Amino acid sequence: MSYEINGAGVHYKEVNERIKATGDSDIFIKNACGHRYLGAGTSGKNITIDGIPGNALGAYLNGSRIVVNGNAQDAVADTMNSGEIVIHGNCGDTTGYGMRSGNVFIKGNVGYRVGIHMKEYREHRPVIVIGGKAGDFLGEYQAGGIILLLGLDTPSDVSPVGGFPATGMHGGKIFIRSEAKFEGLPSQIVLSDATDADKELFAPFVRKYTEYFGGNADEILSSHFYTLTPNSSNPYKQFYCQN
Amino acid sequence: MAINYIPANFDVVRDHTRCIKCRVCERQCSNEVHYYDEELDTMLCNETDCVDCQRCVSLCPTKALKILPNENRFRKNVNWRQQLMVEAYKQAETGGILLSAMGNPEEFPIYWDKLLLNASQVTNPSIDPLREPMETRVFLGKKSNEVKYDSEGDLVLSNTAPHLELSTPIMFSAMSYGSISYNAHASLAKASKELGIFYNTGEGGLHKDFYEYGPNTIVQVASGRFGVHKDYLDTGAAIEIKIGQGAKPGIGGHLPGAKILEDVSRTRMIPMGTDAISPAPHHDIYSIEDLRQLVLSLKEATEYKKPVIVKIAAVHNVAAIASGVARSGADIIAIDGFRGGTGAAPTRIRDNVGIPIELALAQADFRLREEGIRDNVSLVVGGSIRCSTDAVKAVALGADAVYIGTAALLALGCHLCRDCQRGLCNWGIATQKPELVKRLNPEIGYKRLVNIVHAWDHEIKELMGGMGINSIEALRGNRLMLRGVGLNEVELELLGVKHAGTAI
Repeated sequence: MSYEINGAGVHYKEVNERIKATGDSDIFIKNACGHRYLGAGTSGKNITIDGIPGNALGAYLNGSRIVVNGNAQDAVADTMNSGEIVIHGNCGDTTGYGMRSGNVFIKGNVGYRVGIHMKEYREHRPVIVIGGKAGDFLGEYQAGGIILLLGLDTPSDVSPVGGFPATGMHGGKIFIRSEAKFEGLPSQIVLSDATDADKELFAPFVRKYTEYFGGNADEILSSHFYTLTPNSSNPYKQFYCQN
Repeated sequence: MAINYIPANFDVVRDHTRCIKCRVCERQCSNEVHYYDEELDTMLCNETDCVDCQRCVSLCPTKALKILPNENRFRKNVNWRQQLMVEAYKQAETGGILLSAMGNPEEFPIYWDKLLLNASQVTNPSIDPLREPMETRVFLGKKSNEVKYDSEGDLVLSNTAPHLELSTPIMFSAMSYGSISYNAHASLAKASKELGIFYNTGEGGLHKDFYEYGPNTIVQVASGRFGVHKDYLDTGAAIEIKIGQGAKPGIGGHLPGAKILEDVSRTRMIPMGTDAISPAPHHDIYSIEDLRQLVLSLKEATEYKKPVIVKIAAVHNVAAIASGVARSGADIIAIDGFRGGTGAAPTRIRDNVGIPIELALAQADFRLREEGIRDNVSLVVGGSIRCSTDAVKAVALGADAVYIGTAALLALGCHLCRDCQRGLCNWGIATQKPELVKRLNPEIGYKRLVNIVHAWDHEIKELMGGMGINSIEALRGNRLMLRGVGLNEVELELLGVKHAGTAI
């Protein structure tokens, strides 16, 4: 039996207080409607949310697991340190801003600037898996980790990613399932076809995706993927002259 | 190739009658200026690389060295100053953005130097701080705007907003581990604890060794989110969201990969050798509402126990921005003036963007008062506060406290050679090279920081006593204690002070 919180008519502050106060690790929040910062900074909780949580869901998340049975809004997993967030729907802008570790799975589409400034560190390697499409500036300033864009509902000759992906990227990898031609990538980005080693790297996350949301992992993995990587971890080195 | 020859800035003058060829200068110079020539049995130098940090001069046992400006000058030209010509040559050679360090050194007005303080004479007598209690303690954070009494008529403390308590209205401003050394941070942390004030991690994370100084630490959250995690937020006494910096308003920061060695990498939680890039804006903040979201997410993550500071650079529209920030849920606004220091900033931006802190502070204070929200926030100013009188004048212009960065570094041995960006600081401050870092002894460093702040605190009390004020709170925004000299009407109006000679 999980600890239940009815979000209807209750301020987010109180919902969060209850999440932190309860000794139960399994928490079910029903009637979420724009409640912000749900689960922010928590560890060791297993939170299931019915409805639509507000911005900054799971910000600074420190090991908890959050499942949303619906859409989520902006700034999901902001500066997330560890844990897992699973969204059975679409998700807004700046998902995974500066996230350092843990996994975020989104069944559907995401907004702008997703994965911005994600970073990895030693054994920490954040992963964002997006089932649908992504808006502009995917992986902007990406400094580490993996962004996996599956584009499942997009015809293979249409790119599932918006404009200006990987702008300022200087670490990590972006994998995009598509056969459509890529144009307009910044000069520091190397575009290549995903190798077997690449696929081996992201296959467990595809399998996890299908486990959560359904679909055929092998079929997805047999498609063509692009790999985007930066050609330098010091993109600004040649930019300056000492004065 | 002669076309790319840049003349040395300095002449290294050695008195060979004094020099004993002990080679201390050679060992001390990370720029490799001095060297010993065995054939000639003499010390020679390559002055081109000299940055005038005064390390060799300070340590020469026979005082045989002097660093002077190079007298070889280009033809004098008021418009095309030599510095501009040299910069043109450098850019023609490299195609790069000019990079400098420390605060704007150019000739812009310094309003602190054009403001004079009042003192009591005959009536309203001055107070002797050696004899009378003087209060320089301040509390930073939202102040309650209502007074409540219970049925017994006793005062009810209704203000539950979190505060910072400072023994004196001075804090060490944000300087990241990475831009400055471990030993510099150790000095700042230890001094803050002893002084009962705060230092600021900057956007470099908090080294595990310094968690014990958490109650005297302000942890910063900036656009790159380096080192930001739950424990870090929980450890600090306050959280500062960095929106802007006086030395480089409107742009982000790049800590070059070369400075990201093992320890810095662990503290920032990023890989070694990778550039640490803080994007110019927070890409999730495009409005005051968005700022509010970050403020509240930090408060939510730390259970509303810590005040949140929002640091902005002093720019043209600073008063309106401060008003917005005051409505964002922030408890403290820090404003950084255009003279503020930096470990590295594009020269053109450092020297041309932003406005003087004196004007920014006066205008922000006016605006917040005008809108009746001054007590919703505390105001902290920096960039640059050079001495106790700058601090006192800042308080009289409306500040609750000041941030000092450069002055603190001077206490640690900095000689303002303004070459931090190369990471070769001979004084062990702005460097990550172990052989240089160890030159700064944190035990000595921290005592010098304690000394300078104590000295300023004494001076502040003397100045307050002279004005007949025994509590720094009574000086805050007290512009009657200020008079301008040599300022025009617009400047006086913006500052809200009368010209010297005008009676009360």
